[in-house]
Amino acid sequence: MSATLEALCQSLQEHLGERVKSLKVAFGEVTIEVDATDYLSVMQTLRDEPGLSFEELIDLCGVDYSTYGNVPREGRRFAAVSHLLSIVRNWRLRVRCFAPDDSFPSLPSVTSIWNSVNWFEREAFDLYGIVFPGHDDLRRILTDYGFIGHPFRKDFPVSGYVEMRYDPDQQRVIYQPVTIEPREITPRIVREATYGNAENA
Amino acid sequence: MPELRNFTLNFGPQHPAAHGVLRMVLELDGEVVVRADPHIGLLHRATEKLAETKTWIQSVPYMDRLDYMSMMCNEHAYCMAIERLLQIEVPLRAQYIRVMFDEITRILNHLLWIGCHGLDVGAMTMVLYAFREREDLVDAYEAVSGARMHAAYYRPGGVYRDLPDRMAQYQESKWKSAAQIRPFNEARSGSLLDFLDDFVGRFPTLLDEYETLLTDNRIWKQRLVDVGIVSPERALQRGFSGPMLRGSGIAWDLRKKQPYEVYDRVDFDIPVGVTGDSYDRYLVRMEEMRQSNRIVKQCIDWLRQNPGPVMSDNHKVAPPDREAMKSNMEELIHHFKLCTEGMHVPEGEAYSAVEHPKGEFGIYIISDGANKPYRLKIRAPGYVHLSAMDEMARGHMLADVVTIIGSQDVVFGEIDR
Repeated sequence: MSATLEALCQSLQEHLGERVKSLKVAFGEVTIEVDATDYLSVMQTLRDEPGLSFEELIDLCGVDYSTYGNVPREGRRFAAVSHLLSIVRNWRLRVRCFAPDDSFPSLPSVTSIWNSVNWFEREAFDLYGIVFPGHDDLRRILTDYGFIGHPFRKDFPVSGYVEMRYDPDQQRVIYQPVTIEPREITPRIVREATYGNAENA
Repeated sequence: MPELRNFTLNFGPQHPAAHGVLRMVLELDGEVVVRADPHIGLLHRATEKLAETKTWIQSVPYMDRLDYMSMMCNEHAYCMAIERLLQIEVPLRAQYIRVMFDEITRILNHLLWIGCHGLDVGAMTMVLYAFREREDLVDAYEAVSGARMHAAYYRPGGVYRDLPDRMAQYQESKWKSAAQIRPFNEARSGSLLDFLDDFVGRFPTLLDEYETLLTDNRIWKQRLVDVGIVSPERALQRGFSGPMLRGSGIAWDLRKKQPYEVYDRVDFDIPVGVTGDSYDRYLVRMEEMRQSNRIVKQCIDWLRQNPGPVMSDNHKVAPPDREAMKSNMEELIHHFKLCTEGMHVPEGEAYSAVEHPKGEFGIYIISDGANKPYRLKIRAPGYVHLSAMDEMARGHMLADVVTIIGSQDVVFGEIDR
């Protein structure tokens, strides 16, 4: 682990303490997990504390963990993952926060801390159905006007539920159920850890 | 007194200055913008969802189609993220080739940007000049990958193949005689590197020519100076990156600050703006082209002297060469597995960012060990910049909205994904 990463980990432990539920370092990147209740206060500290000074929120995205590893999942399903960047310190951090309720995922909005998150939270709401109380304009952003469902959830088919066509009888564009069959050309495979590895076989 | 009230105007999606399919709902008070609400998603193709159903290598061509003006930079971020998870080393020559093509891509992107931006603001000639130079660079794309735009040239583990020894030549036809095409073919008589060397030699002069058209042009300055000013604090708060951030006076460039590939071995400078208006962003991008030109030159010199492999020899990731595959059992198996099931990327998550012509382009990958990504998130710089549209356009005139869109350099392939 490089000196910068070590300094970052120390600083995180010092300023966040108990609020960090897990801290992982892999591939030269630091990931922390926080509880939804601490989420807002942790983010505020990350920006304002001079020892951390994450002035920029680079990215926030929703993740649906329901089919992770092709095995039934225990634990919560939806998470919001943010990537923070500090210009002053030249380091990055990933913050993951699971939404407590799977049927109605909700996390506090951080728009007041970083304005750049505005559209990212709208996108996470649109695609995953995670709501962000405190966001003043939580409309859909990428999908069509009047779209139903949250298309990036793992239980939403790639081909969707409705398709659009021009109906010459009604002389307008109509929606109808999709007529294409879903198909999978290359199946999704997760090999066991020892696969193809002669020493461990 | 008649009652005065604001009215709402639809800008786009079919508007030549909307750079594609931007629909913007503008609330106007007379000619002054009170509120700008961009509606995006008209080009949404769910690239991220599609990538979850494709093997790792099958998503590379999708990356070209994100920001379809800087194709190879998108591939670069994607390949780097996979390489980080696999923890494989890319051969040095491939790293130089990548850096060279990243910079060629930057010039391509900025040339298109200056052409279109000029066109939006009223400088009609720019686009013609810009496309003349783009022609040579897309020819370089074609020479290495066979495609002029959607190259799919970078692969996890290196690049698809080494640089070609010869360039395609113009052919004699009934419209163009041999004497007429001879000057066109002069630079193309040698290898790709000779061709690029020739380009790099004359490009700074051409840039000077562009600057004589625009930099001190009175109309150009009237349209750009003090339009869409972003202070450094606001730029950080709004998550800006790339030329947008540097235009506001923050010297931040991933190529310098968090160098990837061989950017720490090449020599270049980062231009920084002062006031953070559209004119500064214009100057920053013009200077970036000069710096890119310098980097390309250095890469050409290195590549001429250092032959070597351009693809990793790890056959769990990169396919073996054709001859070995035909004569060797082991290689045949590798080839078969790679071309049917695809590679497996170990469990984990990685975020890799490159200094894309438009800003920080990042790919966040979560892998659960399968032959497909579990989640792929594309962090597009244009998406963040466009979200600041309301803030930048507020209080400006309707005509300035066009300038601001132009100076943000938005492309909808990446914003709508």
